[in-house]
Amino acid sequence: MVDEPKAPPAGGSSEPPARPAPPAGTPTGTPQTAAAPPGPAVPAAKAAPPAAKPAVKPEPWASPLLDELQKLFPSAISDALIFRNQPSVIVTKESLLQVCEFLKSDEGGEYTLLTDHTAVDYPKREKRFELVYHLYSFKHNDRFRVKVMAGEGEKIPSVVGLWPTANWMEREVYDMFGALYEGHPDLKRILLPDGWTGHPLRKDYDILKQDDAWVEANLGIKSGQ
Amino acid sequence: MSEATFLDANELVINMGPQHPATHGVLRVKLRLDGEKVLGSEAVIGYLHRGVEKIAENRTYTQFAPYTDRMDYVAAVTNGMGYVEAVEKLLGVELPPRAQYTRMILAELQRIASHLLWLGTHALDLGAMTPVFYTFREREEILKIFENYCGARLTTHAFRIGGLQYDLYDGFEKEVKKFCDYFLPKVDEYEALLTKNRIWLKRTKGVGVLTPDDAIALGVTGPVLRGSGVKWDVRKAQPYEAYDKVEFEVPIGENGDTYDRYIVRVQEMRQSVRITRQCVERIAPGPIMGKVGKVIKPPVGEVYHSIEAPKGELGYFVVSDGSTHPYRVRVRPPSFVNLQALDTMIRGHLVADVVAVIGTLDIVLGEVDR
Repeated sequence: MVDEPKAPPAGGSSEPPARPAPPAGTPTGTPQTAAAPPGPAVPAAKAAPPAAKPAVKPEPWASPLLDELQKLFPSAISDALIFRNQPSVIVTKESLLQVCEFLKSDEGGEYTLLTDHTAVDYPKREKRFELVYHLYSFKHNDRFRVKVMAGEGEKIPSVVGLWPTANWMEREVYDMFGALYEGHPDLKRILLPDGWTGHPLRKDYDILKQDDAWVEANLGIKSGQ
Repeated sequence: MSEATFLDANELVINMGPQHPATHGVLRVKLRLDGEKVLGSEAVIGYLHRGVEKIAENRTYTQFAPYTDRMDYVAAVTNGMGYVEAVEKLLGVELPPRAQYTRMILAELQRIASHLLWLGTHALDLGAMTPVFYTFREREEILKIFENYCGARLTTHAFRIGGLQYDLYDGFEKEVKKFCDYFLPKVDEYEALLTKNRIWLKRTKGVGVLTPDDAIALGVTGPVLRGSGVKWDVRKAQPYEAYDKVEFEVPIGENGDTYDRYIVRVQEMRQSVRITRQCVERIAPGPIMGKVGKVIKPPVGEVYHSIEAPKGELGYFVVSDGSTHPYRVRVRPPSFVNLQALDTMIRGHLVADVVAVIGTLDIVLGEVDR
């Protein structure tokens, strides 16, 4: 038997203890109003709506867990952000396994369930793949997102040893993105046939071009799409 | 091959599927056998892969919603609900109570429908012919309610980002109440057929045991996890819609075998009726859409949102770059993750039990392969 998770806080998902105040003097609107020449009240009226509804964006995240992580792995943690109450951090690939091991341990919050592992492709970045791990802690009823950046052909340590469920998830990421893992027991395609070329969820894998190529190769005509 | 090595070869590899009635679709399992005993297995999936996640990147947020119905096609309502809720979270939209309760009613009816389909086919796989006729009879009533509500029975696309497209039709509440009253005694009927049936007990008790530790390590969720004795349900742990305002129990098993998972799902159907009744009582006239623009354009950011689908935790990870098209949509399908436990569960069992374990995992290949 495993402990029943604690009753959730009123907000639904876990509430971070202290969210830093937004930076004073948000630039929305105020400079224009100051620079506007004295005259009709139109600029002020125009500036009002954005001030009432500030742009929503990821904000810096602060929590005891983050302090602990930064203390233990001073150079490994960066970009601790919170958006819609969902915290995430970026971890260097060298310390991914240690950080994950710590998060899974009793001191680190007992994130015993790897809910999901996936990737996002940003082809213009120096390291194009953002590998995302969604962790869940039954004890604290808390979700946490850990990310690792990986370049083309760069090997990321596999977390199958920590969470066996990562086996198929990493295979799927390899299949769809071509990200590579080190220490995976059986890294091969999972959803696509073994002889498939390319990795479909990459941003440069154009479905229209694929379609045109197929039509040309198999029907011998221009598809005209 | 010399005769000696041939005689030594007592290990046999056979394919089960992809064309096999008990694999519930196009699942292929490579079984390594010693006689009738399973030594190991490998699931080969992907026959139904349609690239749903790639499609998402080439559609607007609104356009992608109908595609979600085609993943777990026996539980389209909950699939769509997970997606629209994820986008709503990204947008930061609050839903009016009428929309929330309507969603919950339809989602719970969908859970019952999905469990009924599972119960009928699972029993059929194990040689019990009768239940499938009864369960499909009751499932039909639910599908009729869906059809009356949105015109579709299976791929419903029942919800819209921000609320509902259609308000409830006249007599919806009455019809749902009537179904609840009609349905509860039927669950007792199924139980009368199976729960103490000696053949059923022989086929399910002690088959496909999954310990709580294994279950968590393998990441299984939903009734499979609860059958192993882990009391965890997304509706209780991290409530969405108005699940924190209704009362219901989370049934769990003790031994983590096929029988316990059967009991858990049957109990869940009763709890779903309980939730549905409470929602019908509370539903009041009011708006059905929250404040969303005509064009869905979420701010830059990413959210992970999950709901308790009939099969387990269904999660959507949506990344927005501030445009009208999602930058990335990742579906965390419960069937895909649960299927991974198959190998652990069937090792050491007989070939006939493989069918039982595939059935008890309650997978839908449309969702496994996406």
